Amino acid sequence: MLELDGIDAGYGPVQVLRGLSLTARPGEITCLLGRNGAGKTTTMKAIMGLLPLTAGRITLEGEDISRLPAHEVPKRGIGYIPQGRRLFSELTVAQNLEIGMRVRPSPPQVLTRVLELFPRLADRMGQRAETLSGGEQQMLATARALCLEPRVLLLDEPTEGLQPSMIEAIRQVVVRMKSEGVAILLVEQRLDAVMSSADRVVFIENGQVRDNADAADLRARPEMLKRYLGV
Amino acid sequence: MDFGPHLLLAAIEGAVTAAVLALMAAGLSLVFGVMRVVNVAHGEFYMLGAVLAWVVASTLGAHPALGFVAALAIAPLIVGAVAAAADMTVLKRLDYDPERTIVATIGLLYILQQLTLMGYGPEARPVAPPFNQRLALPWVEWGDGGVQLYWPWGLSVTTYKLFVIGAAGAVLAGLWALMTRTRIGLVMRATQLDGEMALAFGIPVERVYAGVFGLGAALAALAGVLIVPIQQAHYLMGGDALLLSFIVVIIGGLGSLAGTVIAAILIGMSDGIISVFFSPTLAKIIATLLVAFVLVFRPQGLMGKPPR
Ligand SMILES: Nc1ncnc2c1ncn2[C@@H]1O[C@H](COP(=O)(O)OP(=O)(O)OP(=O)(O)O)[C@@H](O)[C@H]1O
Ligand SMILES: [Mg+2]
Repeated sequence: MLELDGIDAGYGPVQVLRGLSLTARPGEITCLLGRNGAGKTTTMKAIMGLLPLTAGRITLEGEDISRLPAHEVPKRGIGYIPQGRRLFSELTVAQNLEIGMRVRPSPPQVLTRVLELFPRLADRMGQRAETLSGGEQQMLATARALCLEPRVLLLDEPTEGLQPSMIEAIRQVVVRMKSEGVAILLVEQRLDAVMSSADRVVFIENGQVRDNADAADLRARPEMLKRYLGV
Repeated sequence: MDFGPHLLLAAIEGAVTAAVLALMAAGLSLVFGVMRVVNVAHGEFYMLGAVLAWVVASTLGAHPALGFVAALAIAPLIVGAVAAAADMTVLKRLDYDPERTIVATIGLLYILQQLTLMGYGPEARPVAPPFNQRLALPWVEWGDGGVQLYWPWGLSVTTYKLFVIGAAGAVLAGLWALMTRTRIGLVMRATQLDGEMALAFGIPVERVYAGVFGLGAALAALAGVLIVPIQQAHYLMGGDALLLSFIVVIIGGLGSLAGTVIAAILIGMSDGIISVFFSPTLAKIIATLLVAFVLVFRPQGLMGKPPR
C-alpha cells in the first residue's frame, strides 16, 4: 500500500502541493482527477522522490520512502510511466528496456513476459526510441516501467494522443497488472476510461485533495464531476 | 629539404598535436555532453597531468621508462580524483546550473594554477621520454631508373612521437567502446538524455556526474602526461590547450566524440603544417576564423545535432 500523508512539495520557491494525502491499494486502480495545473504530475514526481518534500511523508508498505535518495525509490518497486513518455530518445528499444531491467535488477524472464504483452516492441528491439510511432512509444514507456516488476505503477495520462485500439491495448495491460495485485495510480483525462476501470477516484484542486469517491458511487452521482472538473 | 619531405615532417608534427588535442577535447566534450557543464578548468587538469608526470618521474628517479609508465598510470588517477572531489563539493552544490558552473570552474582554474605555482614553481621542466629512437623516413623521387626511394637528410620521426599518436588512438577507441558497448556507457548516455528519468529508473545520477567529471579530467591529464616529454611541464601550459580544445569541440559539435576526433585532426594538422611553413600565429588565426565560420554556417558543429 502506498500512502501519501499530508505532503507539501513544489518547484524551488513555488509550492504546488499543499497537505496532499491519498492512498493507493494493491489490486486497485486509484484515479487522480483534476484540471490542468492542479498538481497531478507534481504528485507523481513527489512520489518518485524527484521533488523535495517540505512537509509530510510517503510510505510504501510502512517504509518511509520520502527520505530515500531519488534513485533508491524505484528499487522499492515503483514503476513510473511519465506524462509525455520521456523515453531515452537516442537509445534503442532494447536499451530502454534494459534500463528498466537493471533497476532492481529483474530476472531475465521478466523481459520475455513484458515482450509478450507488447509483441510490437519485440519486432523493433534495435530501433531508436525516437523513431517509434506515438503509440509504440507509449508501449515502450509502459514496458520500461513493467520491466522492474512493480508493486506500484504510476501512469500519467497514458492515453494522451492515442487512437482507440491503442488505448484499449494499454487499458488491458493496466487491468492485468491490477489482477496481479499491483497498486495502480492513474492520471487520466478521459472520463469514460476512468469510469469503466477505476476503483477509487481522488479529486485534486490547487494541490489539495478535495474529495474521494468509489468509482461506483461516482457513476451514481455524476454531479461531483461537474463540481471539480466542470464537465 | 624539398617541399614534399618538408610537408611530411610538418604533417607528423601536426598528427602529434592532433592526437593530444583529441584526447583533451574528448574529455571536455564528454563533460559538456553528459552534464551540460562548460568546464573552464579543463586546461588546468591537462597542466596538472604534465606537472604530476614530472613529480612522479623525478620522485622515482629510476630508469626514464619506469618513471614515465608510473606517471601514465598515477597522474590521470590523481587528477580524476581531484576533479570528482571538485564536482561533489562545488558543482553539485550549484545544481549544475550552466552559468554558475562556468564561474565556479573559472575559480577552480585559478586555484589549481596558483597552487601549482606555489608548489612546483614557475620553471618549465622536462620529463625524459621512455624511448626516443630516431627513425629516418624515406621519400620517393623520379630518378633515371623510374621511381626511387631515398632518405632525405633531416626527414625523421622519433618512436616516442609515433607512440603518442598510437596511444591516443587506442585510448579514444577505448572511450568509444566504453560509451557504446558497456553498461557504464549506457548509464552515462541515459543520464545525458534525461537526467530526471534516469533517477526515476534507479540510476544514481550524482555518482554518474562525479564519475564523468573525473573521467573527463583524467583524459586531459593523460594528454598532459603524453605531451610532457615533447613540451615540458609549466604551470601556465593549460591556457593555450584549453583554447584549442574549445575550438575543436565547437567545430566538431558538442557532445559528439566522432566530431571531436575529426575536428582535432583538422585543427592539429593545419596547426602543425601552417606553423612549419608560415607561423604559429597564422595557424591560430586560421583556427579561430574556422570557428567563426562554423558558428555562422553550422552552429551545431560538424557532427552535432541541431537543438530540438
Ligand atoms: N518545473 C516547474 N517549475 C515551476 N512550476 C512548475 C513546474 N512544473 C509544473 N509547475 C507548476 O505546478 C503546477 C502543477 O503542475 P502539474 O504538472 O502537476 O499539473 P497537472 O495536474 O499534471 O496538469 P496537466 O493536466 O496539465 O498535466 C502548475 O501550476 C505548473 O505551472
Ligand atoms: Mg500533468
